[in-house]
Amino acid sequence: MVEHDIDESEQKLDAEVAPALIAVHPYQKFVSVAVGSDLRVFSFQHGSAAQLSDDTGGHKDSIRAIRYSKSGNLFVSGGDDKLVKVWDTDSWRCVYSVVSEKRVTSLAVSGDDKFVSFADKFGVVYVVDIGDYDDENRATVHKKAVPILSHYCSIITRLDFSPDGRYIISADRDFKIRVTLFSKERLEGAHEIQCFCLGHTEFVCSLAFPRSQDYARGLLVSGSGDSTVRLWDYNSGSLLDTCEIGTKAGLSNSNQKQEDALPAVTDLCETCDGSMVAAAIQRTLSIAKVVSIAGETFIPTSISAASSVPLLWMVMGASSLSATDSTLLARVRVVSGLGADHSEPIVPETSVVEDKEVPGGEPLLQALQGRLTINEEASLTTAEAVKTAMHNLLIKKQYSAERRDFRKRGRNDKKIKP
Amino acid sequence: MLEHDSISNPTTHSKTTGLPRKRFYRARAHSNPLSDSHFPVPISPAHFENDCSALFPKFFPNGPKKIEFADIGCGFGGLLISLAALFPETLMIGMELRDKVTEYVKERILALRVSSPGRYDNVSVVRTNSMKYIPNYFEKAQLTKMFFLFPDPHFKEKNHRRRVISPHLLDEYAYVLKVGGIIYTISDVEELGAWMKGCLDDHELFEPLTEEELAADPIVELLSTATEEGQKVARNEGQTFRAVYRRIASSRPR
Repeated sequence: MVEHDIDESEQKLDAEVAPALIAVHPYQKFVSVAVGSDLRVFSFQHGSAAQLSDDTGGHKDSIRAIRYSKSGNLFVSGGDDKLVKVWDTDSWRCVYSVVSEKRVTSLAVSGDDKFVSFADKFGVVYVVDIGDYDDENRATVHKKAVPILSHYCSIITRLDFSPDGRYIISADRDFKIRVTLFSKERLEGAHEIQCFCLGHTEFVCSLAFPRSQDYARGLLVSGSGDSTVRLWDYNSGSLLDTCEIGTKAGLSNSNQKQEDALPAVTDLCETCDGSMVAAAIQRTLSIAKVVSIAGETFIPTSISAASSVPLLWMVMGASSLSATDSTLLARVRVVSGLGADHSEPIVPETSVVEDKEVPGGEPLLQALQGRLTINEEASLTTAEAVKTAMHNLLIKKQYSAERRDFRKRGRNDKKIKP
Repeated sequence: MLEHDSISNPTTHSKTTGLPRKRFYRARAHSNPLSDSHFPVPISPAHFENDCSALFPKFFPNGPKKIEFADIGCGFGGLLISLAALFPETLMIGMELRDKVTEYVKERILALRVSSPGRYDNVSVVRTNSMKYIPNYFEKAQLTKMFFLFPDPHFKEKNHRRRVISPHLLDEYAYVLKVGGIIYTISDVEELGAWMKGCLDDHELFEPLTEEELAADPIVELLSTATEEGQKVARNEGQTFRAVYRRIASSRPR
């Protein structure tokens, strides 16, 4: 049956394509890009790619989440190979390796570098105590993770420790954001829920924490597939503001397919002084103003900024589709002029930086992209792959009636026909 | 939406009492909580309050009252109907995953509101998956009682995570329950009874009621007698296993 064959190959595609990720060291000492199972790190100090050493041979399958800790001393990565790896950023050695029962979908490191938290595909959130980190130790230590909470049968798209260290915040595919009390006494289970931030009408895919002089209590910004960015008080769960970012960025729907009616927010990142939040949307990038990436098809899949430098780093890419394409493509671009001091009379323009002006220059682009220039065709294929990857990851699949029956063919309990 | 035409429908409702007849609303006992059937889910408790004017026309939109009792997996509504009479001033709601069964309860409540005016305005039902969406319906510390009567045992070990009482789901139930609120559970399956009791014992936000408190609570008796399931167990002379716990404040530093 032709329909089934197409669906089978579609399924294989869904399973393998993972969006590219980027993370910038808080003091911009390093930039990391993860595409598929490949982890690429560029060191500004040495002006070249950093060598990663891992006793267990690195990641074996698509990496789904990467983060730097607030201090910059640690870097974590995890994904479809059911492993979470903690790296020391001085030596780029993998110091801890944690096994997860299911594939890992998101990661976070606590502000004091003592805990790593990760979520698996079933919505369970785990915590690993790494407070006993000893940099004298040469070998990779294997650690056990303890489950502390869960979002019932939902994929957790984003995990974060609140900046004040009191809460662990988890966002999921079923439009919810949960704020739970967390502390070292709660390592066996984080049972007390502080609040839920409810209001999104599609999957929540990213969180950011802006800082404001006027608002002392905790601010949280979330981005979602419903094309809005919302501002919350995370102590009470109240919705403070909603920004219809899709419409604001001037993206019209006239020539989009029906499913893609609203451009989804793909990632959020606060600028280094915390006064602004950058949102990557499915077609472009939007900050308080819209920054269009002209001249090429670019869908930022992941954005990151250092807390000390006013630059925003973006990456677009996906793990490869076909067997012939051996280099995993990632396109890195930088936006400058953010986090400007508003007291200055002249506010610098936010603009996309040309390749030759990118900090780290050609060596950086070579190390992180896999190759120096990426032609238009490759760019287009990657853009399509990225769209599919994000759609499949975040939107629950709807199957037709025959497809559902086909999927149930192995079961031996029969439904009573009404 | 609750409609009045079906009350006069002769086939599905009894001519004498006006109540719906169960055989037209039969459904399988088991329903898969993992499949996202298409039913509307409120975006937040504030949004749900707007829907409440359709469910409790006498109490919303003006009433300051909030729903206090929730029967999770209410089935054919036996417990809710008994409680509605016992607590006429309290608003209560049933949550049920099966479509047909929810319809039955809706019809039953409507018919009762007609046959006994002023008596069943405080009870209603919604079709939903309470394992995923409880925080969408209720605010923090809103409920004073939650009921889990004869839940699906999910015998196989790999399916234990689908049980409606589990260590992680108890976090959410503790969130919507007020401190001092009570959670009532009962089962005729010994292993499930032990499991539920174990989960509640291990959870830092729940403590068991004492024997005296259990004896003093009129609802405890209803658990095994008010529902279809409970009556069936009594007919077959089976045993029931109860676990009734109170939501307490955390003793941990905030």
